[in-house]
Amino acid sequence: MSDSNKNWVPVCDAVELQPMLGVRALLENEQVAIFRVQDQLYALNAIDPFSNAAVLSRGIVGSLKDQIVVASPLYKQHFNLATGVCLEDDTVSVKTYAVREEGGKIQLATN
Amino acid sequence: MSKQKVVVVGNGMVGHKFIDNLINHDQADQYEVITFSEEPRLAYDRVQLSAYFSGSTADDLMLTSGQYYEENGVKYVLNEKVVGIDKAENKVITASGREEAYDKLVLATGSFPFVPPIPGKDQPHCLVYRTIEDLEAITASASESKVGVVVGGGLLGLEAANALKNLGLEVHVVEFAPRLMAVQLDEGGGQLLRQKIESLGVHVHTEKNTKEIVAGEALRYSMNFADGTHLETDMILFSAGIRPQDELARQFDLDIGERGGITINNFCQTSTNNIYAIGECALWNNRIYGLVAPGYTMAKVAVSHITGGDESFTGADMSTKLKLLGVDVASVGDAQGRTPGCLSYVYQDGVAQVYKRIVVSEDKTRLLGAVLVGDVDAYGTLQQMCVNGMDLPENPEALILPAFDGAASAGMGVDALPEAAVICSCNDVSKGQICCAVQEGATTIGAIKSATKAGTSCGGCVALATQVMNSELEKLGVEVNTDLCEHFAYTRQELYHLVRVERIQSFDELLAKHGKGLGCDICKPTAASILASCWNDYVLKDEHAPLQDTNDYFMANMQKNGTYSIVPRVAGGEITPDKLIAIGQVAKTYNLYTKITGGQRIDLFGAQQHELPLIWKELIDAGFETGHAYGKSVRTVKSCVGSTWCRYGMLDSVGMAIRIEDRYKGLRSPHKLKFAVSGCTRECAEAQSKDIGVIATENGWSLYVCGNGGMKPRHADLFATGLNDEMLIKYIDRLLMFYVRTADRLQRTSVWMDNLEGGLDYLKSVVIDDKLQIAGELEQEMQHVVGTYQCEWKTTIEDPEKLKRFRTFVNSDEKDTTIKFVEERAQIRPATDEDMVKFVDATEPAMA
Repeated sequence: MSDSNKNWVPVCDAVELQPMLGVRALLENEQVAIFRVQDQLYALNAIDPFSNAAVLSRGIVGSLKDQIVVASPLYKQHFNLATGVCLEDDTVSVKTYAVREEGGKIQLATN
Repeated sequence: MSKQKVVVVGNGMVGHKFIDNLINHDQADQYEVITFSEEPRLAYDRVQLSAYFSGSTADDLMLTSGQYYEENGVKYVLNEKVVGIDKAENKVITASGREEAYDKLVLATGSFPFVPPIPGKDQPHCLVYRTIEDLEAITASASESKVGVVVGGGLLGLEAANALKNLGLEVHVVEFAPRLMAVQLDEGGGQLLRQKIESLGVHVHTEKNTKEIVAGEALRYSMNFADGTHLETDMILFSAGIRPQDELARQFDLDIGERGGITINNFCQTSTNNIYAIGECALWNNRIYGLVAPGYTMAKVAVSHITGGDESFTGADMSTKLKLLGVDVASVGDAQGRTPGCLSYVYQDGVAQVYKRIVVSEDKTRLLGAVLVGDVDAYGTLQQMCVNGMDLPENPEALILPAFDGAASAGMGVDALPEAAVICSCNDVSKGQICCAVQEGATTIGAIKSATKAGTSCGGCVALATQVMNSELEKLGVEVNTDLCEHFAYTRQELYHLVRVERIQSFDELLAKHGKGLGCDICKPTAASILASCWNDYVLKDEHAPLQDTNDYFMANMQKNGTYSIVPRVAGGEITPDKLIAIGQVAKTYNLYTKITGGQRIDLFGAQQHELPLIWKELIDAGFETGHAYGKSVRTVKSCVGSTWCRYGMLDSVGMAIRIEDRYKGLRSPHKLKFAVSGCTRECAEAQSKDIGVIATENGWSLYVCGNGGMKPRHADLFATGLNDEMLIKYIDRLLMFYVRTADRLQRTSVWMDNLEGGLDYLKSVVIDDKLQIAGELEQEMQHVVGTYQCEWKTTIEDPEKLKRFRTFVNSDEKDTTIKFVEERAQIRPATDEDMVKFVDATEPAMA
């Protein structure tokens, strides 16, 4: 599905999303962690599957073995920002969302 | 068979080394040893003599003990000078008339300081620098003096100048030659050394020939020089070289060199076969060696010869590496470039104040010598190349050019060294021996030291010995990777150094210069901590914010359900009723679980992200500041009630605890730090399980260091006793900053201490004796941290932009519905999966 067919919801001003610093948004009833890394935007579910706490937006962002990752601040597992797959246990992953910058706003897609 | 009797005249470093080697020899039981010392004590470390001025006692410097000698059957007589040798009867006669027969006689009488024949040199405050008794005289004289002059700008002279400086005197160095350290350095090196030393406030006068010492006008003496100038001073230290102590040998007809020294052959025998001479009294090949390492080698050779071995003395390497008045200086081989036809490469950096010169053979295949001032990192490589006659690389200048942008240094790897290369010259340990020790299971430098003794004397070879060990470990397939993470091929200590030296201000700068990739949750917080230790910027500044662990970012401790706990500072555990009420009020308003912590503070649990600034606004208004319970930083200083209230208290432990907590609050360190102060030895504050523990005694404070409760308990080590408030703070300043500088990431002080080469004694030598000459820097660095303290929460709540970061959602004021609490013992706790009881909505104020 192309971007134009998606239902885009603005969540914040683009300037509010600083590089390497996650924010948390509410998308319908889901909590989404949004990141900007090297001009690329990423969004994934904010709930850390190992603790069930909504903490992923508060993790440290970086790179490991050429993957862009966020480290959960609770038990330190790493999640690939593009795929949501956990590096330490690839049977675990978190949901990812489509995200873009449009007209100075950060937008998430609802489907 | 009756035992052979060996008499050793002189119990200095070399005399003792001889005895130690003999009693540890396989055939030790065939010998009976007796030693006479003119001094009132057994051998001590004369190389470290100046440490005496920065707090070491004579006991600290001892190399042996009466007990050790007794256990090994060595007889010793102190305060007894040997005055006669009866070569016909094979016996020695002492000043008190005692006669002692010998089968072998070993002369280890050392040397005495040369005092030039200047009229007036014998006055009361004209001293020399050689024995502990000399040091006592210097200390006494310094206490009645303001200005001191050292005559002689060589190695020992500069050492003596440092001692006078430490004693608080205005110091002048007077040298006859046109430059300092004329024996070891060339002109360029000597000049730079002079500049560096002068910048430290020591006055240097070269080409001065003292004609006479007369009464001064403003000060005690006036030194009048041959060129008509003069210099006034209160005391004078002669350090113009040494002369072999050969009087005894002279009188009893042993061969003596033209300019003194007892002539010896390659087996250290004098002209009389059963009499040996070793150390600074001995003349080998027309040469006197004024360093301890050649003396040690002679001691070994003499033992070998006496016990029927075949070792021989074939000269010694005179390369030296030192820190003089805090300036690194090294000299290797033919440093002056006197070999005919030799060529030189010189590197001089006027900005960084570095001078390096190498001297190579005419055909550029061999290194002949080197001079290094200001940066002596290349010393180990250069010394080995020179001593082992190794091939020079194609571009020899690369050996002294600085490496840029992480390029590998052009120095040779240790693999290129021959097995026989002597790595530790003090103890004569070869590369082969170190490799052997590794193969036999020694995998840490500490284990190498115990197995081989390498690095246990002057310590100059430890870096090289470590390289040899690591290389051998790698060959054995043991991976030696000390990289912090995949982004930085450095240890935390190295990164700290880079940040300090290059004044790096941000992670991005550090990554661009020395790292790769984007960084990770290992290197980012490490860098954040290092940057904070060095520059103490506000942690949530835009460039620092993404580096912080969630605890540092939200300045609270994340708990298992993603909420935070808050700990306001309660310095020393002392709190007013009003403040107690304020904390209670806040806890009630926000329905927080409250608990007294192990560190005598109050922990408030269950605060959500967006509530943190609201809660802190109230706490700050009530007079609290952040307690850093979240940081790798100073947590609490636990205290007992102390002399103010306690009937046993010796000192005001609460007052000291508050003083310490206020001083170090906010200091970012490799790991969290916990302190405690007890008012008497009943130890109610349990100070001996803390990183820094202080216990009051009737003689002042006792300082305990590097203890740990927790997962891996370690009892703290007693570090110093009888301290007044100021000395206590000084030592803690130095120790903490040294830890901050050198510890690994997330390494507690206890583990740091256990891994520190040389352990407690080494730490004492750095902190108390200032062996590395960095105490001043460490104190300054700490002062910077202390002086730039800010309450991070106060700064944050005053900045509306920063407050935005605490919103739960960027696009909604809804609450985080994943957070659920239940009640237990009349307070909230996080709901577990099994909790089917009624949920308490955490965000509803309980008082509503």
